[in-house]
Amino acid sequence: MKNRDVSFWLFLTPVLVALGLVVVVPLIYGTIYSFTDWNGLVATKFIGLENYTRLFSDELFLNSIWFTIKFSVVTVIILNVLGLGLAILVTRHIKTNNFLRTIFFMPNLIGGLILGFIWQFIFINVFGDIGKALGIEALTGWLSTTATGFWGLVILTCWQMAGYIMIIYIAYLQNIPKELEESAEIDGANSWQRFKSITFPLVAPAFTISMFLTLSNSFKIYDQNLSLTNGGPFQSTQMVAMEIVNTAFSANEMAYGQAKAVVFFVMVAAIALTQVYYNKKREVDL
Amino acid sequence: MYKKRKLFLVEIIGILLGLLWLSPFYLMLVNAFKSKREIFTDVLNLPGTLSIENFKEAFVDLNFIQSLFNSIFITGLSVIIILFFTSMAGYALARNRSRLSGALLLIFVSAMLIPFQSVMIPLVALFGKVEMLNRFGLIFMYLGFGSSLSIFLYHGAMTGISKSLDEAAIIDGANKFQTFIHIIFPLLKPITVTVAILNVIWIWNDYLLPSLVLSENQATIPLKMFYFFGQYTKQWHLALAGLTIAILPVIIGYFFAQKQIINGVAEGAVK
Repeated sequence: MKNRDVSFWLFLTPVLVALGLVVVVPLIYGTIYSFTDWNGLVATKFIGLENYTRLFSDELFLNSIWFTIKFSVVTVIILNVLGLGLAILVTRHIKTNNFLRTIFFMPNLIGGLILGFIWQFIFINVFGDIGKALGIEALTGWLSTTATGFWGLVILTCWQMAGYIMIIYIAYLQNIPKELEESAEIDGANSWQRFKSITFPLVAPAFTISMFLTLSNSFKIYDQNLSLTNGGPFQSTQMVAMEIVNTAFSANEMAYGQAKAVVFFVMVAAIALTQVYYNKKREVDL
Repeated sequence: MYKKRKLFLVEIIGILLGLLWLSPFYLMLVNAFKSKREIFTDVLNLPGTLSIENFKEAFVDLNFIQSLFNSIFITGLSVIIILFFTSMAGYALARNRSRLSGALLLIFVSAMLIPFQSVMIPLVALFGKVEMLNRFGLIFMYLGFGSSLSIFLYHGAMTGISKSLDEAAIIDGANKFQTFIHIIFPLLKPITVTVAILNVIWIWNDYLLPSLVLSENQATIPLKMFYFFGQYTKQWHLALAGLTIAILPVIIGYFFAQKQIINGVAEGAVK
């Protein structure tokens, strides 16, 4: 099928039109409008970098970026440890391994919005009750402070996504030749040594993938944020994605919101690309 | 003997972790049967009576039949359209090894990096201008957002299908479209299942996009759930019953297709 063939273009036109109108045009159009006073309907004048310079003194926006970064770092670490741990667990020859895979994966199928509501109930009511019954102060008043809101979001996200990361690690664990483990065992390597010098290096590519996925996912989180804390208390647990939605649709500042969205895009792209670049390099070194 | 005991210990740890993993669902379910007062006094135990009053009320207030229909309609139509067009596009790109098709594939793949919030505001403004903020506009948007990963997966799968099959079909007098539909597409079935599963999961659960596009009577389950929750803040007995009802279709689907779902997700994630 050559470029000159009519069929080549006929086969591609629907998706090109859709991607163009849904992603490419809005991205270009939005970037241009972020330099204007656009209100969603009309833009009267170019205001240059005004929207962008305003970002640097916007406490809410800066706070949301900082909160998102902290959240992502913590989540990525926990998720990879947990995901690899669960994967190792369910690849042992235990009777329940298929059943456990099914259970660990289940939260992934249910939307973040619904899961956030369920955990809101658990944090507020169940944690509160257990805290009162056992006299543990720390368990009461969850989601009412910035710190508990932060950890609430971390717990929710890790519970939801660990099964997904587990699946990725399982795929790589299953590719490790059995003989390798067995001969190391015969040579007298203990389980930690075997993990360190066989399992870990051989699942490195899985780490690249799952770190990419966990990082970009935790940066873009919105639904869980909305239903669990709704950014509260006092917008202190508001992540970047939510901050942008609120700027645009609650505060009705389209051009300013779009400037934030452009910065967000650059951030996500930069992090994702750097991360893949470094992990690829590390894989070669191993 | 030592090994057996060790495996038994692993088994126990596994089961305990599994129970911990399920506990949020357990807490949701048992409290969905309780009265407002019972939740207030005791959240951990089983309910005193098995009354389905909460479920009845939530079912009606969620307008569940309507929202379920909306979700099925939007997800179903979107996924069919995505499968149809992205498989063709993946085929065209894989069978044409030129610089142009390489560039096009790269554009599709890089689009995956763009966070939704970065295009959301102009997208809504543009579609608003042409009065496409409705179900059909939404389905079209899903084709745009769903195309990247789907084309990438189809493109990868195509490399495993011999070109001589196309040539044989063409010699027999089939045109490109007939060749694709009758010869190639059936061979792509395993990857079609994967692409379908991945798209069903995210479109079914999507909240933000429908919330910007749909009116309340067209609301999908997540969107309706959000309205419902706002209405019943602090009325946890109804809210939890509603959440249980909203999750039920997914659990039923998972029960019937767990193997395909887990394999499909593994395939999509590892590629």
